[in-house]
Amino acid sequence: MSQTITIDPVTRLEGHGKITVYLDDQGNVENAQFHVTQVRGFEKFSEGRPFYEMPSLMARICGICPVSHLIASAKACEAIMSVRIPHTAAQLRRMLNLAQMIQSHALSFFYLSSPDLLLGMESDPATRNLFGVVGANPQLGRGGVALRRFGQHIIELLGKKRIHPGWVIPGGVTEPLEQAKRDEILGMIPEAYANIKLALDWYKQIADSFKPEADVFANFPSLFMGLINEDESVEFTDGALRLIDPRGGIVADGITSNQFPEVIGEAVEPYSYTKFAYYKPLGYPEGSYRVGPLARLNIAQSMGTPLADIELKQFKQLALGPVQSSFYYHHARLIDILYGIEKIEQILTDPLILDKHVRATAGVNRLEGTGQAEAPRGTLHHHYKVDENGLITWANLVIATGQNNNAMNKGVLQAARHYVKNGKFTEGILNRVEAVVRTFDPCLSCSTHALGQMPLAISLVSSDGELVDQAIR
Amino acid sequence: MSATVDVKTLVIDGENVSARAGQTILEVAKENGIEIPTLCHLDGLTDVGACRLCMVEIKGLNKLLPACVATVEEGMEVTTKSERLLKHRRTILEMLFAERNHICSVCVANGNCELQALAQSQGVTHVRLPYRNPELTVDASHERFTADHNRCILCTRCVRVCAEVEGAHVWDLMGRGIDTMIISDLHENWGSSSCTRCGKCVQACPTGALFDKSKIGADQPKNPDFLPYLNMMREAQ
Repeated sequence: MSQTITIDPVTRLEGHGKITVYLDDQGNVENAQFHVTQVRGFEKFSEGRPFYEMPSLMARICGICPVSHLIASAKACEAIMSVRIPHTAAQLRRMLNLAQMIQSHALSFFYLSSPDLLLGMESDPATRNLFGVVGANPQLGRGGVALRRFGQHIIELLGKKRIHPGWVIPGGVTEPLEQAKRDEILGMIPEAYANIKLALDWYKQIADSFKPEADVFANFPSLFMGLINEDESVEFTDGALRLIDPRGGIVADGITSNQFPEVIGEAVEPYSYTKFAYYKPLGYPEGSYRVGPLARLNIAQSMGTPLADIELKQFKQLALGPVQSSFYYHHARLIDILYGIEKIEQILTDPLILDKHVRATAGVNRLEGTGQAEAPRGTLHHHYKVDENGLITWANLVIATGQNNNAMNKGVLQAARHYVKNGKFTEGILNRVEAVVRTFDPCLSCSTHALGQMPLAISLVSSDGELVDQAIR
Repeated sequence: MSATVDVKTLVIDGENVSARAGQTILEVAKENGIEIPTLCHLDGLTDVGACRLCMVEIKGLNKLLPACVATVEEGMEVTTKSERLLKHRRTILEMLFAERNHICSVCVANGNCELQALAQSQGVTHVRLPYRNPELTVDASHERFTADHNRCILCTRCVRVCAEVEGAHVWDLMGRGIDTMIISDLHENWGSSSCTRCGKCVQACPTGALFDKSKIGADQPKNPDFLPYLNMMREAQ
C-alpha cells in the first residue's frame, strides 16, 4: 500500500512551506516534494506605480532581507534613469547590504539551524530552539544574538529603521553618513570579530560529526551561480554573475543584469507557487543551479579580505572542485559573516565615506531597467518596464529561493530516500528532511508570486486517502 | 479718535479668552494654545470647512460647528474635546482611510503625513468601515511632480493655494460627492496643463497625493509654513 508523509509546516524557515514524501508499496520513498504554499502578487500590484516608489514597495516583500530588494530595485530604477550613482553612495549601500547579510545569516545559523547542530537532529523538539542553544552553550547563543544585533544596528544607524529602512532610493541614498555613526559602527567591530571567531571554531569542531548528514543533504553535482568581481573575489552588491559547472569550469561569465533575462528562464511546477529558475542554454531541469553562500564560495577565487581568505582556503579543501553538499551552506554562511565584518571595516575607512554627495538625479531616460544584487540567500534580480511617465507597466523578480528550488526538491528526495525505509520514520528523521531545506535558508515569503494554512501535523496517508498515522508537533 | 476694537469674551474648554469680532473659533483657540485638530485648514489660505475635523461643541446649540469657519460670539462656551467629538473625529478619519487607497507603509509621505499623524493622535487603531479600494489613476506626466489620486482626501488645499496665492488656478474639482476628483485645468494631464511649476500645491498637500519626484524618501517633510509670510509680504507691497 503506497503512502504519503506530509511535513506541514516545515519549521524554522522564513515563510510557509510543506514537504510531501510519497512512499511506494514497499514503504520506500518514491518521490518527495517541497511545496511553497503562499501566493503574494507583488509583481502584479506594482503595475501602475511610479518607478521611484519601487524600492520601498519591493522591500515590503520581506522583513528579513528588505535591503537586498531595496538595492536590486534601486539599481533597476537607476537603469531606467540611466545614471551612475556617486562612489560614496555605492559604498554606503554595499555596507548596508553586508549588514543585512550578517544579521540574516546570524538568524539562519544561530536561531534556525544551530539547535540541530548543537543539540542534535534527534533531540527533544520542545527544546530544539534558540533557548535550548543558549541553555546548552550560552556563549555561542549570546554570540549569535550579538551578531544579529550587530547587523541590525548598522541597518538602523544608516536607514533609521532596523526593518524596511527608507534610506536607499533610486540614484543613491537620502543622507550621507555622519562621523559619529561611522565611529559607533567601528566601535562595534571588535566584538563582532570575537563572536564570529567563536562560532567558526565551534562549527569546525562539530562539523565532522555531521558527516552522515552532509553525505545526503542535497549532496549532488550541480551548477552554481553568484556575483563576482573582476578580480574573482566575492561581491554582494555590484560586479557581474558567473555560472560554473559541477567541476568548477566556467559555463557563463560576466552576466550583467541586462543579460540575465536572456540566459535565465523560470519553469513552473504544479505543486509549488515558487518558480524554478534554470540556465536557458541547458534547458529545464538540466540547467538548474544553486545560489547563495555555498555557490558564492564555490565560484570565488578569493574573498578579498585577509581573515575570510584564510577561511576560504580551508573551505575549498572540503572537496576537489566545488563543494557539492548543501550541508556546507552553514560553513559558507559563517565565512560570509566574517567577510562582511571585514568588508564593513574596510568601507568605513574609505576616505570618501563621509562625502556629502550621495545622490544622482534624473527622470525617465529608458523604458526598461534591470538590477541585481546578492541577497543573503542568493542572487536577486529585478526587472521593470515603465511608460514614458515612469509608471510601471510590467515587473518580474527572480529571487534566490526560486533559483535553489530544484536543488531543494532534489535534496529533500535524496534525504528522504536515505532515511525513510519500509514506511518507518521518526520525528528525528523528519527533522533531518526539514533540515535539508534549512541549509538553503530559503525565504518563502519572497519566493512566491500568502494565503497559507498551517496545520501543525505530520500525516502518513495511504493511497486510498486513509490516515494511517499522525503526529502533532 | 482711535478706532475701537470690538472685543468678544468667551470660554473655550473652561478657559476665559478674549477675541476680536470676526475671528474664528480656531484662530482664537490657537492664540490661546488650545489645539483643535484640522486637516483642510492651512494658515494663509481661505477656510472652506471641508474636512469637519475641527467640529466643536457650543453650549446651548444642538449641532456641532466647524471651528475654522464659525466666528466667535460674546459669551460663547466652546468645548473642543469630548467623547462625542473624539468619536466623530475618529469616524471622519476612518472614512477618509476607507474612501481611497492609503497604504502608509509604502507611501512617499510615510512619517510626514497629516492624515497619518491625525489618525495616531486621535487614536484610530482600526478602520471599521469596508475599504472601497477604488481604481484611481496616478498622473506622473509632470516633469517635477506626481499626483496620486489614491492618496487624495479632497481637502482642496491645492486648489486654494494655486488660486489664492500663486494666482494660476490650475487645480479645481470635478464631479460630486464621493466621485469628486481634483483635476488640472479642464481635466488635462498635469504635465500639459497651465501649471507654473511653483510647487506650492505639493507643499500644501497634507498627504502623499501630491509629491516632488526628486524628493522620494522617508525624510522629506512638506513645509507649507511660508504661506502666511508670502501673503504678508504681498500685502505690504
